[in-house]
Amino acid sequence: MLQITGVSRRFGDVTALSDVSLEIRQGEFFALLGPSGCGKTTLLRILAGFESPDAGSVTLDGADLLGRPAHRRPVNLMFQSYALFPHMTVAKNVAYGLERERLPKAEVRTRVGEVLEKVGLTEAAGRRPHQLSGGQRQRVALARAIVKRPRLLLLDEPLSALDKQVRAEMQLELKRLQHEVGITFVVVTHDQEEAMSLADRIAVFNAGRVEQVDEPVALYERPRTPFVAGFVGAGNLFPGRACAVGLAADGLGVLPGASDLPDGTSALLAVRPERVRLAPETAEGAGTLRGEVADVSFYGGVSHVSVAVPGCERPVLVAVQGATRARPGTRVALSWAPEDGVLVPQ
Amino acid sequence: MTGSTVVSGAAAASRSRRSRALGRLVFLGPGLAYLVAFLLIPLALVLGYTVFRRGRFGGVVYEVTGENFTRLLDPLYLEVVLGSLKLATIATVIALLAGYPTAYLIARLPRRWKTVALVAIVLPFWTNFLVRVYAWIVLLSGPGLLNGALEKIGLGPYELLYGQGAIVTGLVYSYLPLMVLPLYAAIERLDPQLREASANLGASPARTFFSVTLPLTRSGVVTGCLFVFVPSFGNFIVPELLGGGRSIMVGNLIRDQFLKARDWPFGSTLALALLAVLIVLLLLQAWSARRA
Repeated sequence: MLQITGVSRRFGDVTALSDVSLEIRQGEFFALLGPSGCGKTTLLRILAGFESPDAGSVTLDGADLLGRPAHRRPVNLMFQSYALFPHMTVAKNVAYGLERERLPKAEVRTRVGEVLEKVGLTEAAGRRPHQLSGGQRQRVALARAIVKRPRLLLLDEPLSALDKQVRAEMQLELKRLQHEVGITFVVVTHDQEEAMSLADRIAVFNAGRVEQVDEPVALYERPRTPFVAGFVGAGNLFPGRACAVGLAADGLGVLPGASDLPDGTSALLAVRPERVRLAPETAEGAGTLRGEVADVSFYGGVSHVSVAVPGCERPVLVAVQGATRARPGTRVALSWAPEDGVLVPQ
Repeated sequence: MTGSTVVSGAAAASRSRRSRALGRLVFLGPGLAYLVAFLLIPLALVLGYTVFRRGRFGGVVYEVTGENFTRLLDPLYLEVVLGSLKLATIATVIALLAGYPTAYLIARLPRRWKTVALVAIVLPFWTNFLVRVYAWIVLLSGPGLLNGALEKIGLGPYELLYGQGAIVTGLVYSYLPLMVLPLYAAIERLDPQLREASANLGASPARTFFSVTLPLTRSGVVTGCLFVFVPSFGNFIVPELLGGGRSIMVGNLIRDQFLKARDWPFGSTLALALLAVLIVLLLLQAWSARRA
C-alpha cells in the first residue's frame, strides 16, 4: 500500500536517511523504532510532506505521494507535541480538517460527535486545549487526525508525553482504535516496549538506515544485526567467532548457540536475560559460564540478577520469575539451551 | 524573660517593615519623582486650564467657563480631529500591511540572520527623527530625487511633497519599526508545528494564515497598531514638514494654540480630547489582550 523506495535525505554533513526502502501493508500497525537522531522522524515528515527527500520515491496505492503538497495528501499526522490549536475548542479542533473538505455543516457535526465519543471526550467538546489533561489532549490530537479517515495515519512518539499509567491505558486504546477504524498506522518511537506492544511489524532504524524489518517476536528472538541485538531488549552479547556448536567466545570458551553462519565468521552471540538459567556452582554442563552474583533487583513479577563473569566485559544479566534466593556474592553457574543463543554476524 | 523576647521580636518586625519600605522608596523614588514632576503636575495643569478662559494677550484668566468644550464641537476643529484620525488610521493600516510580511520573514530566518535583520529594523532610530523627516523633503520635493528618477523614465514630475500622501508616507516611515517589533515577537512565539498541523489537516497556505497564524498573533497586531497609531495621531512634526501646513493635524493645532494663538485653555482642551481618544484605545487593547 505504501511503498518507500530508496529514500535518502541529508542535512549538511548529517545523513538523516540513507537509501531507505520499506513496504507497509494495508491496515497494518507499523512502527519505526530507533534511538533519537536515527532518521525516523525525518521519514515521517517526508511522508507528511513537510520535508522532501534528496532521492527516492514514495507511492501510496501506486500513486506518487512526493509530488503533492502537504495539504493535499490523504495522510494525517499526530504530532508529538499534539499541536492543538490553542484558540479553538476541542470540537473546533476536530472539525478543522473536515471544514477544509467543505463538507456540509450537519455532516461535520455528526462526524465530530462520533469521533469524540469514540475517544471518550464528548463532555470536553466545548473546552480549550489548555483546560485538558495530557491524556485528554493526546486523545483530541488522535481524534483530529482520524476524523478525516485518512488512508494513512502517522503518529510521532504518540505516548511519550504521558506518564506511565496513562501510557499503558492509551496503548491499549490506540490498538483498539486501529482495529476499529481499519486505518494503516505508522508510529515513530524510540521506546522499544511501545513498539513491541503496539505494532504488527517493526522497522529498526540506526543512523539513517533500516537495520531489520520484522514482527516483534522475531525481532526480539532473532535479531539479525549487532545493533538490533543490543537495542531491542536488554540482551547479553558475547563477541567471538562462529563454530559448529555455537560461538567460540573470546576468553570464555565455546558458548552454545544456533548458527547457520560459516565457521570462523566474526559474530556476536545474543542471549536474552530470561533465557539464561541460574544454577548453583556445583552443577555441570557444556558451555556453562561461572561467576559471582553482583546485584539483584526485584521488580515484582521478575527479578534481575547481574552476574560478574571473569573474562566478560559487562555483567551477564539474568531474569528470573518472581523472587530469587541468589544474593550478591553467591557463586553461580549460567547456562542456556543452544536454540536460545542467537548468532549475529558482526 | 519571655515578655522581653516578645517585645523585642515585635520591635524587630516593625524595624524590618520600616527598612523594607525604605528599600522600596530607594528603588522607586527617582522614577516616581520624575513622573510626578514632569508628567503628573503638567497633566494636572493642562486639565485645570481646560475650564478657564484665555487672557486677552495670552495667559490664563481664572474664570470658570465651559466654552472651551463647546468650541471643540466647532466643525472647523472637529474636521481636524477627524482628519488626523483618518491619516493616522491609513498610516497604521499601511504599516500593518507592510510590517506583517516583514516580521513573518524575519521570524523564519536562521537565528544569526534574525539578529542582523532586527538591528537593521531599529537602525533608523539611531538618527535624529527630524533629520530623517527632512530627508523625505529631499526625496519628494519638486526637483527631488524621486521626481528626477520618474522623469528619466518619462513620467512626472508630480507634486509629491506637501499633501496627505506625503504625511502618510512620513508617518509610516517613522513608525514602521514599532509595528514590526511586536509583530515579530508574536510570530516568533508561534509554534511552527501549528502551521504544519493546519496544512496536514488540508488547509491551503492562505487558509492556514487566516485561521491559525493571524488569530494567534492578534496580540502582536493590536500592540503594533497601537504603537503606530498613537504617535501618528498626535504627531506635529511630520505634518508640519511634509504636509506644507495645508492639511493640519491635531498635533499642529494644539501646538499652534499654545505657541501662536496663545490660547492655553483651548490648547489644553484639545490635548485632553486627544488623550481621551488614546485612553479609549489603550483600554480596548487591554480588553483584547485579556480575551486572548
